[in-house]
Amino acid sequence: MGEKVLMKGNEAVAEAAIRAGCRLYFAYPITPQSELIEYMAKMMPKVDGTFVQAESELAAINMVYGAAGCGKRVMTSSSSPGISLKQEGISYIAGANLPAVIVNVQRGGPGLGDIQPAQGDYFQATKGGGHGDYRVITLAPSSVQEFADMASLAFDLADKYRNPVYILSDGLLGQMMEPVEFKDAKTEKDFEELDKQHFAWCMHSNQDEPNHHHHEINSLEIDPKVLEKHVEKLGEKYNEIEKNEKRWEEYNINEENQMVCVSFGTASRVVKSAIDTLQEAGISVGLIRPITVWPYPSEAIQKALNDKVKKVMVFELNLGQMVEDVKIAVNGKLPVEFFGKVGGIVFTPEEVQEKIKENL
Amino acid sequence: MKTELICSGFGGQGALTIGKFLAKAAMKEGKHVSWLPSYGPEMRGGTANVSTVISEKPIAAPIVSFPDILVALNQPSIDKFGPKIKKGGLLIANKDMCPKGLNREDIEIIYAPMNQIAQEIGDAKVLNMVAIGIVIGKKRLVKYDTLEEDLKDFLKQKNPDLLQANLKAIQKGIEIGEQN
Amino acid sequence: MEVIATRPKSLTNVPFTYCPGCLHGVAHRLIAEAMDELDMRNNMMGVAPVGCSVFAYEFFDCDMAEAAHGRAPAVATGMKRARPDMHVFTYQGDGDLAAIGTAEIIHAANRGENISVFFINNAIYGMTGGQMAPTTLPGMKTTTSPYGRDENDIGYPIRMCELIDTLVSPYFIERVSLLSPQDINKAKRAVKKAMQYNKEDRGFTFIEFISTCPTNWGVDPLKARDWAKENMLPFFKVGNFRDKANAGGE
Repeated sequence: MGEKVLMKGNEAVAEAAIRAGCRLYFAYPITPQSELIEYMAKMMPKVDGTFVQAESELAAINMVYGAAGCGKRVMTSSSSPGISLKQEGISYIAGANLPAVIVNVQRGGPGLGDIQPAQGDYFQATKGGGHGDYRVITLAPSSVQEFADMASLAFDLADKYRNPVYILSDGLLGQMMEPVEFKDAKTEKDFEELDKQHFAWCMHSNQDEPNHHHHEINSLEIDPKVLEKHVEKLGEKYNEIEKNEKRWEEYNINEENQMVCVSFGTASRVVKSAIDTLQEAGISVGLIRPITVWPYPSEAIQKALNDKVKKVMVFELNLGQMVEDVKIAVNGKLPVEFFGKVGGIVFTPEEVQEKIKENL
Repeated sequence: MKTELICSGFGGQGALTIGKFLAKAAMKEGKHVSWLPSYGPEMRGGTANVSTVISEKPIAAPIVSFPDILVALNQPSIDKFGPKIKKGGLLIANKDMCPKGLNREDIEIIYAPMNQIAQEIGDAKVLNMVAIGIVIGKKRLVKYDTLEEDLKDFLKQKNPDLLQANLKAIQKGIEIGEQN
Repeated sequence: MEVIATRPKSLTNVPFTYCPGCLHGVAHRLIAEAMDELDMRNNMMGVAPVGCSVFAYEFFDCDMAEAAHGRAPAVATGMKRARPDMHVFTYQGDGDLAAIGTAEIIHAANRGENISVFFINNAIYGMTGGQMAPTTLPGMKTTTSPYGRDENDIGYPIRMCELIDTLVSPYFIERVSLLSPQDINKAKRAVKKAMQYNKEDRGFTFIEFISTCPTNWGVDPLKARDWAKENMLPFFKVGNFRDKANAGGE
């Protein structure tokens, strides 16, 4: 760990990715993630890494597919409209069991929307987004430090499960500066270990017979029986991820809670402010902040529902996309209410306090 | 103890930098800080502004709706954020570009001719440093020494003349802050 | 017994899935022979397209990636950048390369990626059942141009070699034909040259093969070749467009 530096989230996650061993980065410029691509353009040459500004997000994600097929730590980033363009590639990456990290610095949508912070890509990230039966591990940071820390976590999870991983941030986290402390950079030895980890399946140089191997990076199985097995195996992997990788934060969760709030990312910070103020006024409200929004930490919500809790409230910067997951977790036990802002507007702590009070 | 600031001005006046230097210095003094700029089309013309929070405790929302301190480098910034300053809060305004000012009795207001002071120092660019000085002189949010050290790291090699002008501007600002 | 002809080592034993009379097999063989002769197989990675040659990853006996439709040059870019010590080629049809993947091929060529692109032009979509391709000739009937391609409505066929030849970066561009044994011999020389340059990391190399599709054209293989000679070759002129090795200063 080094000393603290004041950095934008977009730059911090880029620096952290490089330290985590990312040496290949392909992307296309889009606001509000441009500092990320610019940081990579500046820094990758200094670590003998590859930076390519692709002709489109489609091309970028397919470059990721190619590099991931070679077993290397590779990343792309974009903001909402660009992430939509990448969906084809993400489906192929998932179908071919490839590790890759995709950063989404969300902005207002749908369509061109605007360039202010939003959380409207929750469904896209957690429910598929592209075609076919697949899941993407989705990490939702709520501070610049966490955004940076998630770079190495995302690569570790991607490698562990050979699966794409999203870091689902937003314009606020991308543009905001906060103090951040970085982990030590990967060493040559670490890189060798990573290469070893992927050697069995990835594309690499071959030998003559009898030790000749032919590796295929592929999501095509034309025989339904074979595809059935392939997709079932993907399903087993997703079950394994659901079992092992749920992460969340509990904030002010205790026996006195009259309400439990659920909120992720930027929105959760505003909710925390509101909870602090209410606590000073003697009103006890807790917060479950999902850190992984897929797999979803349903059990954490269930556990937080003690006898005094009368209601669950979801706060998001969208029309209530996470409400469905919260309702599944609550399973009809309590009413689930929602308050959100759209259009790239972030609610204020005062607005959140009001909504909580109205619902007590 | 938590202080919430908004620094605002025309693009190019250096409003965002005010927040950045204050946040950086506060970080070096062990505080929790956040710096959240407006971005996008507002950067050109309009009011470029930044929410800066400096706190003893971890910062929840980095968004400032009602600032303790507003640093306004132009009149549109006062028009936009002046009414939202907390009761008992502080407005530091650039007299040269805020002809109307702000009509509020329940806050403290310091008008300083920042453009003029910067001209006198010899570099129009340092007007934002005058504003930082006033914040320090009035509120002791961070120490002058921390800022000086940071500026030296940043400018000593690159532009020693600008460094001197910056430091002079901060000192002048501190004087104004202390007198008011 | 003396062996005078054998299967190239760079092809697997998997039987081709192509229709009788299809020339994909010939193109595969030329590429595989070049890989063998230049001893590139063990350091080669290929990218298969979407189209009739979608299973190329099963046929070439080197490491292979299957790309999404049109994206092979982007995938190849990622592979070559990840493993600059290895060699990379793509194998693409006309729908893949000249329609849905136009952006990817133009920009990979423009970056001068150190890859070889093998482009099969048979003026039609084969795998999906004979639809109009960007290379379909004016007046030519397909299942999606049942009255013949109307160039006033949908435009003229795209000449990819000529298009790529407008770019500064590419190293080697040649259009060859697979329509006669002599043409195939010439094609082999071009393929080997491209592969040699690939091995030496000289830059982007591009070969367009003029080919046929007897099945979807609805004619027998010999007639298909005659038709292609009469109709395709006048529009898609074979020849070398660029060889920077001969351009002087190289």
